[in-house]
Amino acid sequence: MSIEAQEKKGMSVSDEVVVEMIDVNKWYGDFHVLRDINLTVYRGERIVICGPSGSGKSTLIRCINRLEEHQAGKIIVLGTELTEDIKKIEEIRREVGMVFQHFNLFPHLTVLENCTLAPIWVKRMPKKEAEEIAMHFLEKVRIPDQAHKYPGQLSGGQQQRVAIARSLCMNPQVMLFDEPTSALDPEMIKEVLDVMVDLAESGMTMLVVTHEMGFARQVANRVIFMDQGQIVEQNEPEEFFTNPKSDRTKLFLSQILH
Amino acid sequence: MTDTVKEHKRSFYRTEMLPPKPPPPASTGVLGWMRENLFSSWWHTILTFVGLYIIWLIVSFLVQFAIIDAVWSGQDRTACLADGGREIGACWAFIRVWHNKYMFGFYPEDQQWRVLVVYAIGAVLLAFLLIPRAPGKRLVMLLLFVIYPVLAYILLYGMSSLGLPVIETTRWGGLMLTLVIAAVGIVISLPLGILFALGRRSQMPVIRFISIIFIEFWRGVPLITVLFMSSVMLPLFLPEGVTLDKVIRPLVGVALFASAYMAEVVRGGLQAIPKGQYEGAQALGLTYWQMMLLIILPQALKMVIPGIVNTFIGLFKDTSLVSIIGLFDLLGIAQASLADAKWATPVTAPTVYLYLALVYWVFCFGMSRYSIFMENYLHTGHKR
Repeated sequence: MSIEAQEKKGMSVSDEVVVEMIDVNKWYGDFHVLRDINLTVYRGERIVICGPSGSGKSTLIRCINRLEEHQAGKIIVLGTELTEDIKKIEEIRREVGMVFQHFNLFPHLTVLENCTLAPIWVKRMPKKEAEEIAMHFLEKVRIPDQAHKYPGQLSGGQQQRVAIARSLCMNPQVMLFDEPTSALDPEMIKEVLDVMVDLAESGMTMLVVTHEMGFARQVANRVIFMDQGQIVEQNEPEEFFTNPKSDRTKLFLSQILH
Repeated sequence: MTDTVKEHKRSFYRTEMLPPKPPPPASTGVLGWMRENLFSSWWHTILTFVGLYIIWLIVSFLVQFAIIDAVWSGQDRTACLADGGREIGACWAFIRVWHNKYMFGFYPEDQQWRVLVVYAIGAVLLAFLLIPRAPGKRLVMLLLFVIYPVLAYILLYGMSSLGLPVIETTRWGGLMLTLVIAAVGIVISLPLGILFALGRRSQMPVIRFISIIFIEFWRGVPLITVLFMSSVMLPLFLPEGVTLDKVIRPLVGVALFASAYMAEVVRGGLQAIPKGQYEGAQALGLTYWQMMLLIILPQALKMVIPGIVNTFIGLFKDTSLVSIIGLFDLLGIAQASLADAKWATPVTAPTVYLYLALVYWVFCFGMSRYSIFMENYLHTGHKR
């Protein structure tokens, strides 16, 4: 999709920096999992991160809301630097939504309660208002009729859409997706991707770790390829897929695009 | 189309989907169940009959002893003595004479209504708490865990300014004392156990270290030692003139002892919660305590309900150990009653122990059934 076509759909990118990573390094024990990561995310960007398993792509986005701690370098999210300060971390987490590979819904709460929990307890929102917002987003992800069921009663695709709605209820400025369709049956991947496309078209800033290259072509404005803890190549999707520069990227693309 | 399948054709396609059919009739009724479960093979049939025979032996003996041959009333031992060749079973007459002491110890009879009032209020509040559908859980919790203990203390111990004469704890006894120790132990051990379980998994070294020391200390000593320490050694360490109540000391001992066990039970539940639940909660911006109280503990505690109730039941029965440090709980006073020369007969002791077993069993079985009910009630996994 050309830039013009994207802007027609409202997917414009501003020059306001939302996330900035400067020389970020991280180790698991001796294993150097993130090496000199430099990344700037502007408001409205849809970035798809791909790469072989173990390349550090999940770790990278998990550093942005401090589910993982980086040991060197700087991460600045919405103008606040991530440090040990738990209050600041919680502030940032309120503004950064995350969707996980395994949904991580709370099984002891209904779908509606999953969605209203954080607005009620973190934002101190009145219950009624939180429920209205939750129903609004459950409609957006097309499952308002499941609101009073428990997650265990839903299919994987439905659970993942609930997880997306749950994040959106906090009205986040950035959304992180950590392989959101990897744990789904083939028939359910599309329903989740459709919701994510809607979200991108609404102008949400998104960082998506995924192997869904169709999704990358359709909505991403930047594709990042990682290997061995480093950003190997990044480019606009058109250019990235048709004319990859690095040999490693070429090899990877030849493996996953048949 | 099914014909096509039967002909084992290599190529086949379905033009209409099969409608659902009812399941085959189950191996019908009681007879079917018996054939399947009791007499499915000659070996199972033998086991069934051996089992039935053993059950028959036990039940027939108990019925004979506790009902048919039992003595229901009498003034002294002569009623329960075998005279004229008649077999004598349980001497319930003895239990009737001593029953008041079994229930209340040496609590003055004209004041026993106070205990009954405490029971009644406790039962009502507990019912509201334990029945999931009952309304006003928060108010009930406040009443039960804050107001009720104070009220119960005033009622049981007394307050002369309110016209309730003081009844020293040395006069407390019987089932009442057992229930007091068990209830206090249960009410203290669950929250304390949860705190120490969280502490043991804390990332702060000092808190983790303190929790480990607490848990391992109390788990490492037998309850009898704890009770002896509290009743014999603790007074030696206290400054002169300071005395701790004779009942309070073992009460604290039992509660802390149970807390350590509870902590390990709860820790088991915490460890079974997938990491994703913590991450899901953290990613939404919940604080540590919000995450624990709203997400992790509800799931962890639900998972270890059997272990928690197991600890409660163990605690309830362990209260009987206080009888060896001179407290007259239900077991203590029952043992003491056996020294009653007026009722010395061969069947007195068996009767008393049968009675004790029955009382303890009723309470423990009640807890057990409630835990099974709660497990089913809280099961949200794949409820249809």
